[in-house]
Amino acid sequence: MTLALSGSDIAKQIEEKFPGCVVEATAASLLVEAKSLLDVAAYLKDTADLGFDYLTLITAVDYIDCFEVVYYLTSIKHNHSLVLKTRCYSRDNPTLPSVVGLWRTADFQEREIYDLMGISFDGHPDLRRIVLWEGFEGHPLRKDFL
Amino acid sequence: MEIEEVYSSRQLDIKEGKAINELIARSQEVIPDPDRWLDEELERNVLVTSVDAVLNWARRTSLWPVVCFPACCAFEFITTEASRFDLSRFGMEIIRASPRQADLMITAGTLTWKMAPQVKRIYDQMAEPKWVIAMGACAVSGGIFRSSYSVVPGYNRIIPVDVYLPGCPPRPEAVIHAIRMLHKKIARRSLIAEDE
Repeated sequence: MTLALSGSDIAKQIEEKFPGCVVEATAASLLVEAKSLLDVAAYLKDTADLGFDYLTLITAVDYIDCFEVVYYLTSIKHNHSLVLKTRCYSRDNPTLPSVVGLWRTADFQEREIYDLMGISFDGHPDLRRIVLWEGFEGHPLRKDFL
Repeated sequence: MEIEEVYSSRQLDIKEGKAINELIARSQEVIPDPDRWLDEELERNVLVTSVDAVLNWARRTSLWPVVCFPACCAFEFITTEASRFDLSRFGMEIIRASPRQADLMITAGTLTWKMAPQVKRIYDQMAEPKWVIAMGACAVSGGIFRSSYSVVPGYNRIIPVDVYLPGCPPRPEAVIHAIRMLHKKIARRSLIAEDE
């Protein structure tokens, strides 16, 4: 059984390495600043005792005052997992760094989030709609769609 | 006890000779082939009918559906196709992967606008004459997804529909009923009307 790591435990380690980047840490998840997302993600992937070599999925939530993007990370080597989150407060032009450089799995999933939620991912190699067709107006999974 | 002599030997000979002569007289002709009636029967089996009736009969009893299964109604259609309900009774057990070999489209499933151009192309590639059965609530009107941003509210927005088959999904009996209704519709077609 994969061990779900506590966000609070990881938070101490992250906070030492990147001061001020942890916004909220609970037993279930770890919420970090968007600007340090790439650093934290690379650290989680490359540090030997964490070793998150597998991105299970990415999803996004519309909380109206902000978008939250959720990364489910797994280490196949250590058989443990972690939920990493980040937030984006702009509604007109929400942008987050892309993690495709770290996990190629992110390619299609970031395109899906861009398609349905309208969040842009900086550094994505091929950011275009994936589910809906080119020319569709709006992003239907936003709460204010329709 | 003495047996009364009805016929003398002479009389018996005469009776026998007479029977032989009668048989010879009756047997001057060859007995005809007992299977000769077959020819007569064939002659009686030549029927006169109209071209419309024959063409419509041939068309409706050999409908070949094309593959168009975008969603869950497909499983009910597969059940209809399989041994319990057995579509081969209606001469349509072969489902063609190529629209060029098919003349019936059974639209088994929800259609999204992104998929719609492909369905339209498949329909356009089918050879005339061709028919469409809109199977299930989604195919008839979009069903519960009617107000969605991505769903076509009924196949009749993109292709002409001949028979509307409601249900979510329709049972195999209902599918067969729709096919029988289409048979009746085809039976009323006329070549003259087609030329118009």
